[in-house]
Amino acid sequence: MTALAVVQLVVFLGAIVALAKPLGIYMARVYEGRPSGLGRVLGPVERFLYRIAGVNPGDEMGWKGYAVAMLLFNAVGMFALYALQRVQGGLPANPAHFPAVAPDLAFNTAISFVTNTNWQNYSGEQSMSYLTQMLGLTVQNFLSAASGMAVLVALIRGIARRTTSTIGNFWVDTVRGTLYILLPLSLIVALALVSQGVVQTLAPYKKVALVQPVVVDQPKLDPSGAPVKDAQGNPVTEKVTVTEQTLAVGPAASQVAIKHLGTNGGGFFNTNSAHPFENPTPLSNFIEIVAIFLIPGALCLTFGEMVRDRRQGWAILAAMSAIFMVAAVVAISNEQGGNPLLTKLGVDQRFSATQAGGNMEGKEVRFGPAASGLFAAITTSTSCGAVNSMHDSFTPLGGLVPMVMMQLGEVVFGGVGSGLYGMLAFVIVAVFIAGLMVGRTPEYLGKKIGAFEMKMASLVILIPPAAVLLGTAVAVATTAGQAGASNPGAHGFSQILYAFSSASNNNGSAFAGINGNTQFYNFTLALAMFFGRFWSKVPILAIAGSLAAKKLTPVGAGTLATHTPLFVVLLIGTILLVAALTFFPALALGPIVEHLQMLAAAH
Amino acid sequence: MFAQLRPALILFAVLSIVTGMAYPLLVTGIAQTVFPKRANGSLEVVDGKERGSRLIGQPFSASGYFWSRPSATSPAPYDASGSTGSNIGPTNPALVTAVHDRVAALRQADPTLAEPIPVDVVTTSGSGLDPDISVAGALVQVNRVAAVRGVPAERLRQLVQAYSQGRTLRFLGEPRVNVLLLNLGLDRLHP
Repeated sequence: MTALAVVQLVVFLGAIVALAKPLGIYMARVYEGRPSGLGRVLGPVERFLYRIAGVNPGDEMGWKGYAVAMLLFNAVGMFALYALQRVQGGLPANPAHFPAVAPDLAFNTAISFVTNTNWQNYSGEQSMSYLTQMLGLTVQNFLSAASGMAVLVALIRGIARRTTSTIGNFWVDTVRGTLYILLPLSLIVALALVSQGVVQTLAPYKKVALVQPVVVDQPKLDPSGAPVKDAQGNPVTEKVTVTEQTLAVGPAASQVAIKHLGTNGGGFFNTNSAHPFENPTPLSNFIEIVAIFLIPGALCLTFGEMVRDRRQGWAILAAMSAIFMVAAVVAISNEQGGNPLLTKLGVDQRFSATQAGGNMEGKEVRFGPAASGLFAAITTSTSCGAVNSMHDSFTPLGGLVPMVMMQLGEVVFGGVGSGLYGMLAFVIVAVFIAGLMVGRTPEYLGKKIGAFEMKMASLVILIPPAAVLLGTAVAVATTAGQAGASNPGAHGFSQILYAFSSASNNNGSAFAGINGNTQFYNFTLALAMFFGRFWSKVPILAIAGSLAAKKLTPVGAGTLATHTPLFVVLLIGTILLVAALTFFPALALGPIVEHLQMLAAAH
Repeated sequence: MFAQLRPALILFAVLSIVTGMAYPLLVTGIAQTVFPKRANGSLEVVDGKERGSRLIGQPFSASGYFWSRPSATSPAPYDASGSTGSNIGPTNPALVTAVHDRVAALRQADPTLAEPIPVDVVTTSGSGLDPDISVAGALVQVNRVAAVRGVPAERLRQLVQAYSQGRTLRFLGEPRVNVLLLNLGLDRLHP
């Protein structure tokens, strides 16, 4: 790892820690309904929304009511997004005249965006109208994020309150999260990105003449548009001179901003943040990575603020940062190290004053292996899933990092809201383990952890890995599943394992060579996304309700302090142990064996 | 449950209009007013003629031009209406074959070329639209372009240096040369 890469990592983490406290405290004020500064502008909008929706913001809900409201809201979003894709052909703001999205793909995409996953089996610039991108996909970028944050805030209330049956009002939490947190931040980030060259226009795609026309082999089509085949059944090609280039544009910046801030990750364009119109400069890249960690990092401090003990927030942020740093260092070093198979061909992959070197397949020159490896660690530590380079072409160990970070359960920063509530499930397990060791009833922040909380926390922790392993097993055992892998050997297995790791943990990044737009993958991955998201959200709300009803146990001599380095280590150990026991065999069959094969072939 | 259906429907509809219409249109309005050139694709206009976007690469493959990086878009390279990476894995034999052929093509176009080839000019980019090559990747092509254009190689090395971009704030990004701008400069100075 070069010194410059270390500087990038340090400056990045420094920016996150510096921004976490002010934003964290601001968010706590927003969710507690205290004056936040934006009330004068947004207060009237907020009150108007409650009035027409018939919501009394003072009415609090029990955990079941909160869960019902959350599920209903997400269900409405899912149907609306599916419907919009199916009718986009007849609607305005469709300058490229895209037809309706196929039913299985529209189903997958609707679940994908509502679950905050943003797995994409489509290519944005070749299938989605501007209207669908804005009124469908951008909307879910906001609402799925706000809904994840709402569930977290409900859990925090459950921890902070005592002997009560309510954990807040889902409608109020969703509206406030959207209006006071996500919208203002998105506006700032979107304009900063436009200043770097991210496009934002409703004008149709732009044609320009190429400076140097090129001759290409194009598949020959018969008059009906079907490819012509020769006697052997191979497609016939013809030489065509290409003289112009069509530049896909669109309202990208507004969507790219929230795709990062809401840890959604769904690109406006097919190649996401590797596309120069989505991430044009090293500075836009820095803005985008800060935007990914910003809210998940700050929510730790929101938590500390709301439980009236900021040290608890810092301790969790420290645990997250420690795991993340290891991931970033491993990813960056392996990508900077390059691919030994290419060295043999007379290729120079060394870092020098005139080139970044490293493994450049699937990477952009303006980012190089350092900013690409860093981005990969960031986007998979969180459940963002945006990419600025193609993870599929990473070195085996460089590609192992994003896979493992997702398999940890997306709790290292994780998704907005979902990352911290997943982490708090691990905290519950960690205090339980500590309690077993010393023979005391486990408690966290004055609340006794009972069998019910442990069962629910176990569900939260175990459902995503179960979906990953079952999904992968079904895919590798069936012809339809095997057909998706585009690379041979161990790497093909890695592509499938990566897909289910990504979907079940609601990340959305891919080893993108996998051919996912088939009925098999559209359906199975949608199921994985659905269970991964909602089968952890509901148990989290159950924990919130159960903890809220408990009374406070006073701190005693035997109380385990949960803000100390010792507890941070215990928490990290719990997370790593669960993941290692679950995934090591699968990882050995994929990236680990590929790494050994690469070393053997390089000799 | 039905009591919750009304807020679910109404809040979804109104928040959709706020986040899916008002917000993107507001960003569009401000962007088109404050950054009109960048919001519309950073088009490079020379003598009143649009020569492409300075952010989007073009396929240069003639020996008298600096070549762009290989592109995985199909059927034409640098198809900016359908970005894609190769997604070829690190141990896929197809990668070794492709890189081998690209190295051979560079050496064939310039028989004097003996040094190792900078990795970026023989690998495909993430987007298939990478506008840049590394400075080393440009310098390694100088002799070929100089021979075709009948220009002293030293003059072209200076041209490459003039078009090179360093790191932002000294630590972000990597040193690079925008291929479209470099080749337009080449056409202007050494036609």
